[in-house]
Order: sequence, then C-alpha cells, then structure tokens
Amino acid sequence: MTAIRVRVEAADFDPGVELSRMADGGDPGAVASFIGHVRGGDDPALCGLTLEHYPGMTQAACEAAAYEAAARWPLTAVTVIHRHGRLSPGERIVLVAAASAHRRAALEACAFLIDWLKTRAPFWKREEFADGSARWVEARVDDEAAAARWHETPRCA
Amino acid sequence: MITVLYFGWVREGIGMDEERIEDAPATVAELLPVLAERSPAHAEALRVPARLRFAINQEIAPDDAQIPPGAEVAIFPPVTGG
Repeated sequence: MTAIRVRVEAADFDPGVELSRMADGGDPGAVASFIGHVRGGDDPALCGLTLEHYPGMTQAACEAAAYEAAARWPLTAVTVIHRHGRLSPGERIVLVAAASAHRRAALEACAFLIDWLKTRAPFWKREEFADGSARWVEARVDDEAAAARWHETPRCA
Repeated sequence: MITVLYFGWVREGIGMDEERIEDAPATVAELLPVLAERSPAHAEALRVPARLRFAINQEIAPDDAQIPPGAEVAIFPPVTGG
C-alpha cells in the first residue's frame, strides 16, 4: 500500500515537512525528491510568472501521475504538490517525491513523476518581464521526449 | 449543448474562458471549424489544430474522440507546468 499525497494549491510548501512525512509509517530505505523553482531571467529580467491551470482537472491529473508511479515501482509513499497563481523568481513551483526500500525505484519514480507532470498536467506558464512584456512559455520538444521514454521502460519489480 | 473551456494563450486570444455551444458536432476535429466561425479571434486562436490539445470531461482526448452530450470540452496549448 502506497501512501499517496497530492495537493494543487496557491500556497507555498515546506520541503522539510513534506520530505519527513515520506518516511511516516513505512521506514523506507530511500526517499528521492525533485523541487522545481521559478527560473531567474537574464535579458530582459524575468519579474515573475503566472501559472494558470484547469481547476477541474489538475488534481485528478496529478493523482493519476502518483498512482501510475505507484503501479510501476514498489513505493511506500508518493507526494506531488503543484502550485498555481502568481510566483516570483526563485519561488518553489512543484515538489515530487517517492519513497521506496531501495534508491533505484525511488529515483526512477521521481524522474517519471516530473516528466509526466510536465507533459500531462494542465498547467500553463505565462512569464512577465521587467520591460513590461509577457509571453506564454512554449512546450519543449525534449519534455515530450523525456516523458515518452517511460513508455518503453519495463516495470521493475 | 456542451461547455467549451479555453486556457493559456487560446483563452487570451479568444478573450473568454468559457462558452456554451448548441448542437455540437460529434468530435473535437469537427467542433474547431464551428468555433472558428464565431469571431475572427476564435479563427486566429484555433487556426493551427496541431498547436492545440484537448480534454473531454477533464480527460486528455485526441481530436477524433467522440463528444458526449452535455460534455465539458477544453481546448488549450500543450501544457507547460512542472
């Protein structure tokens, strides 16, 4: 039984609190995590971004990622937290974490989770710059390629 | 009648986030030209279907998926979260 925690929210999260929860009740040997932040810009300077989402769908899409990871790897816990709304450079956007008896399953599940979210969870980033301009971030072809490689990966026991 | 939701630059281009469509066609591929006739902004935002992604009742769907009666159809750019 995998302990699955998924939250989509505007508020920031505390990585220390979230990661310590990964070990609750399971005593996993390994906890792997990835935290995405708002990148800083160079020229023109990025002054922030707005993460738009599809409220009716985002929670279910993030849960689907967590359950798919739990089906593919022997995990004791999965956490997915994704923020939405206006964020400043340096702020945390997303946390994915996976706990397992061994490091390989935890690390692979963690990479799978973020690749899945980047291509399937309905969020859109709109960047705002210091010169007053704004642009919607374009999806990256290599994100699609990164997610596609998991279709080929056999489930590890 | 169906509900159509727009997100990202599709929403911004069309200038609304939601509208209702009577007598919707059977698939998203057939719905796009119907929507494109509603205004020049619709036509421009929906001009290149390859740049669009779709969901039917909150599930990602290909453009040839059937639209059930009363469905919520979402039209948006490729996602950029994470």
